[in-house]
Amino acid sequence: MKTYTLAVRNAREILRDPLNLAFGLGFPLVLLFLLSVIQANIPVSMFEIQHLTPGVSVFGLSFMTLFSATLIAKDRGNSLLQRLYTAPLSSVHFILGYTLPVVPIAVLQCVICYGVALALGLEPSVNLLWAVLLIIPVSVLYVALGLLCGSVLTDKQVGGVCGALLTNVSAWLSGIWFDLDLVGGVFKRVAYALPFVHAVEMERAALLGDLSGIFPHLWWVLGYAVAVLAAAVLLFLRQMKRQ
Amino acid sequence: MEAIRIENLTKRYKNTVAVDRLTLSVEQGELLALLGVNGAGKTTTIKMLSCLTRPTDGDAFLDGKSICREPDEVKSVIAVSPQETAVAAGLTARENLELICGVHGMNKETAAAKIASISEQLKLTAVLDKKAGKLSGGWQRRLSLAMALISDPQILFLDEPTLGLDVLARSDLWDWIRSMKGKRTIVLTTHYMEEAEALSDRVAIMKDGRLLLCDTVEGIKAAAGTDRFEQAFVQIVKGAEQ
Repeated sequence: MKTYTLAVRNAREILRDPLNLAFGLGFPLVLLFLLSVIQANIPVSMFEIQHLTPGVSVFGLSFMTLFSATLIAKDRGNSLLQRLYTAPLSSVHFILGYTLPVVPIAVLQCVICYGVALALGLEPSVNLLWAVLLIIPVSVLYVALGLLCGSVLTDKQVGGVCGALLTNVSAWLSGIWFDLDLVGGVFKRVAYALPFVHAVEMERAALLGDLSGIFPHLWWVLGYAVAVLAAAVLLFLRQMKRQ
Repeated sequence: MEAIRIENLTKRYKNTVAVDRLTLSVEQGELLALLGVNGAGKTTTIKMLSCLTRPTDGDAFLDGKSICREPDEVKSVIAVSPQETAVAAGLTARENLELICGVHGMNKETAAAKIASISEQLKLTAVLDKKAGKLSGGWQRRLSLAMALISDPQILFLDEPTLGLDVLARSDLWDWIRSMKGKRTIVLTTHYMEEAEALSDRVAIMKDGRLLLCDTVEGIKAAAGTDRFEQAFVQIVKGAEQ
């Protein structure tokens, strides 16, 4: 009940911010439309709808990091967390309260993305269910990044780090907008050492129904999700003690 | 009967002693004002008593429960209205109150009854369905107090409750605080002399983390040999510097 109360409050704060809706939902959809129009005029295999949509749905999750980090950082800044820390709540209530509501929002964002892609010509198939299912571990990774950043940064810093840095890093190093083989070398090795490209390739494989192709990407995503979540929990607890 | 017993409570940060061996007790239903200039240790004391900050040394007992060993039990009998207005800006006033009811484990019916009652007491009914972030500073402070009170705490900490409020809003809050006297134990921090004088049963004067004197307003005036409270405060604080 206590976790639910916190989760409802956090979901309301995120969903009621028009900027969140504009960026979290609007921006990925605009990208889908725009790149589909480009693809219709000048065919580029990278922007074929079945290739593009998994990437855009993963890219959209970087806004979930921004939303959750901003919310936590703002709560820390305006003393609301201080008030809640004096209530009979445990650290588990706080961590679940901040992470649980963002995961369904992220999944909903993914569902809408695939829904729009269907309208733009994506072939309907049961593989869409796999793609939506596999977005869950990716969402956990992005939400954990939000918890981590929100625990150590101020709300102004969050804007720079999550709003600019993370969205760019996750865009450039994910193979969504260009083939990483075109750059190759260190750039490609760095990209494959990070989880973003693995998340995109896992989604692409799922959408094609190539279930064996989701490996080893799923392990990379799960590994990063667990590691980042563990770090985020430790840093959240540390700032809680520092109150 | 003692509601709060503080024994040698100390908080050190590296080379700074924020609170230095504070020993004090507060009776049930009493309103104690912690008075001091900036950096006196008032807010740190409140943070330790409300289990936000762990003391470096010493202990305090709230309703007989130790802040060091039984923080969860302490949290179930206290509420804090922090120095800054602590409301969820994107929620309505009603949703803010529901949030606090929820984290205290109240069911929907109890929460609705509590919200109706506290809104009437603090005249919040007219703004219940407005977003907290859109309310004026005075209304936000009133909502913040309602959020502190809605869990029906035995001990209430008010950290600079009237800071930044205009004269009318301050007067309204003073009336409300007076109406609470005797019903709950209240610890209030302030650096407004007139606030401490008007509201408190006893005043504890702090400086550099140390308790200089704790007495009634009249007792403090008598100790300083003056009939003006502000002058008495200045004399006591300056006397401690020499």
